[in-house]
Amino acid sequence: MRSRTAARMLTVLCLFMGLGLVGVHAQEAGSGAASPEPPGPTVNAADTCWVLASTALVLFMTPGLALFYGGLVRAKNVLSTMMHSFAAMMVVSLVWVLWGYSLAFGEDLFGGVVGGFDHLFLKDVSWDTPRSDLGVTIPHLLFCMYQAMFAIITPALISGAFAERMKFSSFAVFLVLWSTLVYSPIAHWVWHPSGWLAGLGVQDFAGGTVVHISSGIAALAAALVLGKRKGYPHTPMIPHSMPWCALGAGILWFGWFGFNGGSALASNGLAVVAFSNTHIAAAAAALAWFSAEWILRGKGTMLGLATGAVAGLVGITPAAGFVTPISAIFVGGITSLVCYFFVSKKESFGYDDSLDAFGVHGVGGTTGAILTGVFAYQPLGLALFLNGEISKGTLIMRQVLGAGVTILYAFVASLILLKVVDALMGLRVSPDAEDSGLDVDQHGEGGYTF
Amino acid sequence: MKLIAAVIRPNKIEELKAALSDIGIQGLTVTEVRGHGRQKGHKEIFRGKEYAVDLLPKVRIELALPDSKVDSVVSAIEKASRTGEVGDGKIFIMNLEDCIRIRTGERGDEAL
Repeated sequence: MRSRTAARMLTVLCLFMGLGLVGVHAQEAGSGAASPEPPGPTVNAADTCWVLASTALVLFMTPGLALFYGGLVRAKNVLSTMMHSFAAMMVVSLVWVLWGYSLAFGEDLFGGVVGGFDHLFLKDVSWDTPRSDLGVTIPHLLFCMYQAMFAIITPALISGAFAERMKFSSFAVFLVLWSTLVYSPIAHWVWHPSGWLAGLGVQDFAGGTVVHISSGIAALAAALVLGKRKGYPHTPMIPHSMPWCALGAGILWFGWFGFNGGSALASNGLAVVAFSNTHIAAAAAALAWFSAEWILRGKGTMLGLATGAVAGLVGITPAAGFVTPISAIFVGGITSLVCYFFVSKKESFGYDDSLDAFGVHGVGGTTGAILTGVFAYQPLGLALFLNGEISKGTLIMRQVLGAGVTILYAFVASLILLKVVDALMGLRVSPDAEDSGLDVDQHGEGGYTF
Repeated sequence: MKLIAAVIRPNKIEELKAALSDIGIQGLTVTEVRGHGRQKGHKEIFRGKEYAVDLLPKVRIELALPDSKVDSVVSAIEKASRTGEVGDGKIFIMNLEDCIRIRTGERGDEAL
């Protein structure tokens, strides 16, 4: 028994050391110092400083999400729910540096479909010179790490749809597959300079399509494949900690300054616009949801305010660098109300999207993508209007196309991945484990001990 | 008059409330408690150290009833709470000397 444990530990250790050796060689080969200086932008200290700070801000959103989701479940499932977010920090970070970044931002293959293997194991990702094809002035490695934080939070957002019933082992496998086969390709289509949606003029400032539509639609697929929680909707499944939710939403709001403001990839006026729009949209959206509740149900709630703020932040994400700060009020407010009406009707749709991952991120992301076209302000969004060559109508049609393609791919691919994992290892815990709670059953820990 | 105290599985409380309201029982008191009978507990692990958790979460319900209703209530509790596995809980039935409704000062069966 003891020797078996020792053998297992040795295997894990060897795995890490093996990865380390390959990684060191790949990096040595890619060190920028040996190659001749390529013509192109050089590193700017102020830009690097802001994107470094933004990278940390975006990472902080994932523990914020863990608190937001953790507060919404019952006390017996708080750790297993928070674990979904923290596991993404643990697993997707490594997937990203080993192969995910290369699939998303490696040299384009097949006319904009996916990145090649040229940046596997961070090969040719320089820490002191910028990428030459993005026109940015931050080190390539910083761009890679900033993008890693988006790759981390995206699958964590999906977990709201299958909270309180998914097996951790299956979640971990799904996490690796989804990040590799859904997130990286969609990021490539929209954000790589040669991506096919980018080539069609689809614009997504900070991830409305890549992050929120993709995760929200995957959440819908997950809710449909996993089925309802035991007892839903007859047994009341009341959130166990509103204070956790409020704190989590506050952290998300704070981190979103890095998510949107940092997406300028520079310390400049565009970053200031995106930063301001983020804040204004969140406030307007919180007010819209809170007021809708107050008017329609008689009282405004903490959870309503928090959910509204998150919906508005989702809505402004694709638009953050393309609309004026006053338009941000409308982008936030409209997205919030669309999500409010959708979420309040969800029981009649018959699926159990437990924490409204689809209702907020799928619906809000799609609304925001379209509103980006509606409210885009030409002097800010020159790239959007292709220097004035296209009209607003064409712009809106392109945004609808981008959202539509992402919805279709994310839904079909997520459905297939979930079915495959289900066939191989099963997706759900046993009904007994669902009764007693996933924390003790899956992790051997309880969230609260008296 | 009898006082019924039943300790049941926490996830059975909604079924039990529905079963009691079906037979016209309006008032009950519910407490979240911990305990165990023959059911074994589980292990929790914190930083590699195992802790035996043998006091399991249970729900305790209390009802004061006139003698005439005791049988129907007991069978409703049994039916709603039984899974057939160890850990379904117990029902305790006690004689109740008196009962007073504080608002009106009524006593005995009238106060139930």
